[in-house]
Amino acid sequence: MAKQQANWSPYDNNGGSCVAIAGADYCVIAADTRMSTGYNILTREYSKICKLADKCVMASSGFQADVKALQKQLAARHLIYQHQHNKQMSCPAMAQLLSNTLYYKRFFPYYSFNVLGGLDNEGKGCVFTYDAVGSYEKVGYSSQGSGSTLITPFLDNQLKSPSPLLLPVQDAVTPLVEAEAIDLVKTVFASASERDIYTGDKIEIVVVNATGIRREYMELRKD
Amino acid sequence: MNFMASKQPENSLLGPEADSQRTLYPYVTGTSVVALKYKDGILMAADMGGSYGSTLRYKSVERIKPIGKHSLLGASGEISDFQEILRYLDELILYDNMWDDGNSLGPKEVHNYLTRVMYNRRNKFNPLWNSLVLGGVKNGQKYLGTVSMIGVNFEDNHVATGFGNHLARPILRQEWHENLSYEDGVRLLEKCMRVLLYRDRSAINKLQIAKITEEGTTISQPYSLKTYWEFSAFANPAQGAVGTW
Repeated sequence: MAKQQANWSPYDNNGGSCVAIAGADYCVIAADTRMSTGYNILTREYSKICKLADKCVMASSGFQADVKALQKQLAARHLIYQHQHNKQMSCPAMAQLLSNTLYYKRFFPYYSFNVLGGLDNEGKGCVFTYDAVGSYEKVGYSSQGSGSTLITPFLDNQLKSPSPLLLPVQDAVTPLVEAEAIDLVKTVFASASERDIYTGDKIEIVVVNATGIRREYMELRKD
Repeated sequence: MNFMASKQPENSLLGPEADSQRTLYPYVTGTSVVALKYKDGILMAADMGGSYGSTLRYKSVERIKPIGKHSLLGASGEISDFQEILRYLDELILYDNMWDDGNSLGPKEVHNYLTRVMYNRRNKFNPLWNSLVLGGVKNGQKYLGTVSMIGVNFEDNHVATGFGNHLARPILRQEWHENLSYEDGVRLLEKCMRVLLYRDRSAINKLQIAKITEEGTTISQPYSLKTYWEFSAFANPAQGAVGTW
């Protein structure tokens, strides 16, 4: 008998886009709220954003079941960290943990495309961007998910940071103020939902700054 | 959706005997489940068919079951896997009751448990071949969620499985609103089930509608929907579009 092949895939792409922008004293993390499968919309109000620590927020798009499992893993590990060190994990620490967690499943990956955003230990905004198996980089801004090919060039045009290879090392964070960065995010999603069928319905925008974390929403095209 | 199409099969390290232990295809299947939130709780509908491929083998399959005090579970897909899930949940509820502490698992908790079970089986490449709908009310809070065979889960004001996603969800998106009365909710569900009956090959005209509120659960006796087959579009489908069927 010929070897049986699986007739189902353990993966699915539930679509959606995520963006994060780092500022001098804030970080904006945003994602749309549409969850799809194939050409169907499953729900219009699904949050892709997860608060991992006091000053550390992750947005993930891709296969929702893997994203959920990843969020649970990180939340559990953070709880253990708090028990052991009596403090919250910093954003750079969480960044490393996320990378390690993703690589742990290098040979059956979490199909999850993540951006991590928050404040570092000095209160400056930081954004880390990942691929599905954990390779990561600290950047000034990033976009992942189905709309990333449409969003990233636009962000490059508006925010392009100096190359990290130049010396002396220059700051990656944008000189924009918080309100301008939020406006940019709204513009970027409005454009992406015009052409990407998996992006739309609503944007959830999370802003992390010295006063804490706040959330706002904006309606997008429903088609 | 196959995004890792050219990868090596995960089970290549095991011999062919191990394959007979994994679910490869479903055998006896149930079709769509449709559910919505209404003023007092959740309404859920499913027909009573168990198909064996293209044969309608079983015509009295109860695909909606009460779970504990606060939840209803509806399932489509492989019926034997649904029965297995009911056994898991029996044990879960038993242990919950044994605490005898006045607390009981609500629909959110049961949904979370089911999501973890489905995801873990998917991780082992041996899925429970079901799409589940979990609805309930606890302490006045209504909850309605769904989980697929690979662990994709979400909650919403109305959900459906299988063909229901294609045929019922659009109707629900148009006509659902907050605080539907019981009668309006039933009417809306019946409208969805009627469309499914007309257009889903595996649907049968024998269904149950289940209701769950803070007070408790009721699952109706099986009944059938009135159908009308004399629409001109049915009698002469090619009229407006030559070559159609």
